[in-house]
Amino acid sequence: MITINNVNKVFYQGDKAIHALSEINLSIAEGSIFGVIGSSGAGKSTLIRCVNLLERPTSGQVIVDGTDLTALSKQDLTQARRKIGMIFQHFNLLSSRTVFHNVALPLELAGLSKKDIKAKVEGLLTLVGLADKRDTYPANLSGGQKQRVAIARALASDPKVLLCDEATSALDPATTQSILALLRKINKELNLTILLITHEMAVVKGICEEVAIIGDGKLVENGKVGDIFAHPKTALARDFIRSTLDLTIPEDYQARLQPTQIENSFPLIRLEFTGASVDSPVISHVAREFNIDISILSSNMDYVGGVKFGLMLAEFLGPNDAAEQAIQYLKDNKVELEVLGYVA
Amino acid sequence: MSLNALTLWWSENTRLIELLWDSLGQTLAMVFSSGFIGFALGIPLGVLLHLSKKNGLLENVAFNKILGIVVNVGRSVPFIILLVALIPVTRFLVGTSIGTAAAVVPLTIGAIPFIARLVEGALLEVPSGLVEAAQAMGAKPLQIIMKVLLPEALPGIINAVTITLVTLVGYSAMAGTVGGGGLGDVGIRYGYQRFDGTVMMITVVILVLLVQIIQSVGDHLVKRVDHR
Repeated sequence: MITINNVNKVFYQGDKAIHALSEINLSIAEGSIFGVIGSSGAGKSTLIRCVNLLERPTSGQVIVDGTDLTALSKQDLTQARRKIGMIFQHFNLLSSRTVFHNVALPLELAGLSKKDIKAKVEGLLTLVGLADKRDTYPANLSGGQKQRVAIARALASDPKVLLCDEATSALDPATTQSILALLRKINKELNLTILLITHEMAVVKGICEEVAIIGDGKLVENGKVGDIFAHPKTALARDFIRSTLDLTIPEDYQARLQPTQIENSFPLIRLEFTGASVDSPVISHVAREFNIDISILSSNMDYVGGVKFGLMLAEFLGPNDAAEQAIQYLKDNKVELEVLGYVA
Repeated sequence: MSLNALTLWWSENTRLIELLWDSLGQTLAMVFSSGFIGFALGIPLGVLLHLSKKNGLLENVAFNKILGIVVNVGRSVPFIILLVALIPVTRFLVGTSIGTAAAVVPLTIGAIPFIARLVEGALLEVPSGLVEAAQAMGAKPLQIIMKVLLPEALPGIINAVTITLVTLVGYSAMAGTVGGGGLGDVGIRYGYQRFDGTVMMITVVILVLLVQIIQSVGDHLVKRVDHR
């Protein structure tokens, strides 16, 4: 449904060229929900804006539903955009229009009659669950309600594709989930292809079938969500996944941390479980086998696409050699680990 | 002053009252007709200034620069000089350079760049995301102007209208120099030049009330259309 071929985008700041996107290739199947994830400044916003040519790529092609948008005239592009819905982080609703008239806007632009507009808008407001808010102004809505209005507006012209530009980033976790549920519903009911960009792992995990990781303007990896998270192939993808899990050493531990082992100190270890790790209860096994105690400081484990992965911070309490053996055992079982230091 | 004294003063000064009444009419005619024509030309000019800006919807930096300079020149000429300098233009447009109708010409020309800049400022406050959203849903430039930019900037534009009308009340007083009449003219000729304090006071009070009314109506309208 969406094909992105060798897209490059270069911005100029004075004489300095900034490569916001380099050699992006992506293909998104009809009816799928595709996520692009990356940290801020990675170029994901530029990428999604290139799909409806809000940002014109410096080179490359963007093909949506069989039409090469980069080859269209201004007039034809305007028409083509009516088949591509878009929602935004800050909703971008018109403050001067009520909910009803906001949703009606794309239909007015297309020149529909008042009667047709009314029927269509009322149907859409029911779909997004805001039929009772039709005469309210956006200023009196909550963030989640605003995004629902924006979704109804984006769907008004029966698009085949919906672009979501950080659509849940300004919402709290509960509201995010309800918006994601709505997106999943319209994806199913309308067979809508959804491309979303986000920096939130939860969003990708929540609804995407496929994901691409973008870093520094380059697409570093893409594939099925479970595969990417469980078996990241590149260092960048791994760093990114690790950064979303984010395990920092508590401050009081940091203060007591020694680089070398002294008497009565125990190793503080970061364990990283990936898709390659042996799928057995290794922690309790290690404790029993080597007769050590394991004190878990913090952990962030996740389960996506049938694979467990995540990070854990733990102290191994026991005799020196036992801890050493335990570490070796875990390494043999493909648990990545790093001794961060010794805590007295 | 008791009621009796007031009615006595009223009956003794019917000529003055008639004069004030007529000049109020002249002031209103000057302010509102120059305001009306000023908006008809100034609002599109403000829209053009906004659209042609760098990264604007119809970016044209050279055009924007030239337009900006023209507007700035218009705004920097002191109104009293404009009034005199425009006499040939006025004579060409109205047929005479004296009278209320003649005063409307310099007032309008003085108001246009003023309105243009105020409207440009009001449009600047419309979040760029809204224009982007409209583009994304396939809006043509004219549709973006009519359905997004102007309605969203309406509170700011009404505010600009209010400021302009109040300023025009002040400018219209100067129009007396070309025989434009109006309350300011009465204040100067009857009040200042003939040392008649009462007349001076009355004209000032009427002008104050006029400005108050314009401002209140403007504020009320802004409140009604502002849903931000």
